[in-house]
Amino acid sequence: MLEVNALRKVYDGHGRRVEAIADLTFSVGEGEFACVVGPSGCGKTTLLKCIAGLLAPTSGEARIDGTPVTGPPTGLAVVFQEYGRSLFPWLRARDNVELPLRAAGLPRRTRHGLVEEALRAVGLGDVHGAYPWQLSGGMQQRVAIARAIAYGPRVLLMDEPFAAVDAQTRADLEDLIRSVWQRLGVTLLFVTHDIDESVYLGQRVIVLSAAPTRVAEDIAIDLPAARDQLTTRGDPRFAELRGQIYAQIQKAKHGSTR
Amino acid sequence: MRYERALLGLVGLAGFGAVLEVAPRIGLVPARYAPPSSRIVAALADEAGQARFWTAVLETLRSWATGLAIAVAAGVALGVLIGSVPVLREATASTIEFLRPIPSVALIPLVVVLYNPVRSTLVLVVYAAFWQVLVQVLHGVADVDPVARDTAHAYRFGRWTRVRYLVWPTALPYAVTGVRLAASVALILAVTGELIIGAPGLGQEIAVAQASDSVPQMYALVVTTGLIGLAANLVTRAGERLVLAWHPAVRREVLT
Amino acid sequence: MTSALRRAAALLTVPVLLVALWWYSSANSTDFYRPPLSRILVAFRETWFGARLADDVLPSLTRLLLGYAAALLLGVAVGVAVGTSYRLRALVEPILEFLRAIPPPVLVPIIMLVAGIGDLMKVIVIVSGCVWPILLNTVEGVRNVDEILADTCRSYRVRGMARLRHLVLRSASPQIVTGARQALSIGIILMVISEMFAASSGLGFTVVQFQRGFAIPQMWSGVLLLGLLGVLLSLLFRLAERRILRWYHGIRAIEREP
Repeated sequence: MLEVNALRKVYDGHGRRVEAIADLTFSVGEGEFACVVGPSGCGKTTLLKCIAGLLAPTSGEARIDGTPVTGPPTGLAVVFQEYGRSLFPWLRARDNVELPLRAAGLPRRTRHGLVEEALRAVGLGDVHGAYPWQLSGGMQQRVAIARAIAYGPRVLLMDEPFAAVDAQTRADLEDLIRSVWQRLGVTLLFVTHDIDESVYLGQRVIVLSAAPTRVAEDIAIDLPAARDQLTTRGDPRFAELRGQIYAQIQKAKHGSTR
Repeated sequence: MRYERALLGLVGLAGFGAVLEVAPRIGLVPARYAPPSSRIVAALADEAGQARFWTAVLETLRSWATGLAIAVAAGVALGVLIGSVPVLREATASTIEFLRPIPSVALIPLVVVLYNPVRSTLVLVVYAAFWQVLVQVLHGVADVDPVARDTAHAYRFGRWTRVRYLVWPTALPYAVTGVRLAASVALILAVTGELIIGAPGLGQEIAVAQASDSVPQMYALVVTTGLIGLAANLVTRAGERLVLAWHPAVRREVLT
Repeated sequence: MTSALRRAAALLTVPVLLVALWWYSSANSTDFYRPPLSRILVAFRETWFGARLADDVLPSLTRLLLGYAAALLLGVAVGVAVGTSYRLRALVEPILEFLRAIPPPVLVPIIMLVAGIGDLMKVIVIVSGCVWPILLNTVEGVRNVDEILADTCRSYRVRGMARLRHLVLRSASPQIVTGARQALSIGIILMVISEMFAASSGLGFTVVQFQRGFAIPQMWSGVLLLGLLGVLLSLLFRLAERRILRWYHGIRAIEREP
């Protein structure tokens, strides 16, 4: 479904070359929930932008359904970390969700149905008419998620979407994302720097090394599919997996300083 | 990157000059109305050799600078005073809102019957420039951080200390923006006064050139006013950057 | 109730005092050039509530609105083009810097050469002065479009006109409004000046006629009318701005809260 082949990205500018991604190869199957974790500054966002077609890789490629990504592909939605800057402040919540559908030329009735459904799915039944800046951070990110859901993507990319919200809201949003994923059956690539979050959410965790970035390890999360903030996080297996990933990241960090 | 930018800019200017040169020569526009740029430059060179031209430039600069100085001094003083006394601020708000949009040129007939041309022009310049400064300074004073204000009260700063160390530094960037806006408005009114009321200066020279139908000369004088305007913009913007460099926050023009 | 009274008092005290001061200090004025306010007001009613409203006031306002609207269209269109393209901007920036530095009134004699002394000349004069603040502010606004919003548009495939309408113009709108406000006051100045130069009707023309014919109270009334028009137009502008920039002022109000 989603393949990354020998992807490499070098930033060139001001006479300085920065190799953000050395060589990345992995694939995510149809309907899979994969998390990407890595030490800070390891080019997670760069990777995501390359897959989203917002940035051209220096060499290698990303493929979706076998088609190489050259620009933003159809059927792919992105949820950015900076919810405050990814929602249009001059559009009300409902219009923010509706805009991509309008640009796609869907008829009005279909649009309204989708918007309604998406906002309900993220638990925002009653704030349609509010502007994003009138909402709390968590609610803003819900609007951004609703926009992605309404767009009906086959692939959903999320770039540290909960990094800027408080812990309580974060737990709620994690459960929301799990339920959305289970219901829609989308292929989900979730970038985060938080190890606990990656274990709690994903079916699989791809651990990246420090820059220049490679895949350090690819770990299957064999926790039960029904997850719960209390019991899952209390599961001894959870602690084990977390420890394993933590060790990997420490190794990746020290590996790069050598 | 920077060289490319400068190069493109030069290419643009050269292209602009070339179009103005060629268009009248091939009859795209009548040469009588729009002389080729080479003739404008020649006329400008000719003007630059005459004492009369330089006198006019100095006259324009003088009424511009005098008017601007008076407006800035009055605008800053009144702005800080009104802005830091809440009662005054409240009482004058409506009056300021009413007087500010009155177009300064509306006063032309009035000042013409009341004063001589030079004085009339000065009044117009001061009136137009004053509001720009005053309004910006008022916004600046209102922008003083409430926590800093409370701190100043808690430490029992005197009124003067408060103005000197709290109000003025906050208002300064706004004031500089006000000066920049005022400078260009002041130039507009200075030449307007010369053009319409007949105060000595470049505006009057343009009127004379128009009356005597010497078109290239007229263009040359217009270009001169443009160059003065350009210089004024560059200087005030450089001043603004200098002041803003001291400040952590980069200010925008306030939307009122 | 008391706070409303207080506000009304704050609003009205100084203006009422000033008018009263003018009224009493000029009541017994024998100065030919400074007639009593009462006579100016009588002249105001006799002069402007009659044929002159249709013959002078309306033509002036029509020319102003035509010129202003044309300048808005032209300034925003060119501003968007220049703001979007780096090369175009580098190419034309020095020319624009020079052209906007020319004080617009000196263009009146030149425009008279080309366009004669009719309505067309006056409209062109107004356009030639109003267009610069709008154009340059639009360029600035378009350049500062938020990167993440632009990425959001790309990945949700919001392109072409939809992108222009919902992203570019809206995010530049606070700057465009700033330019439009400066342009309005320049427009009023140029409306009056172009009529003082050469005209057979219009406010500027009539007021100068009064002055030359030593009809001093009528002249004062004309000055008063010009002032009132300036105030009225700026009020209308503010109403329009409040609608267009509701989101912007909303955000600013929230930011200002502690």
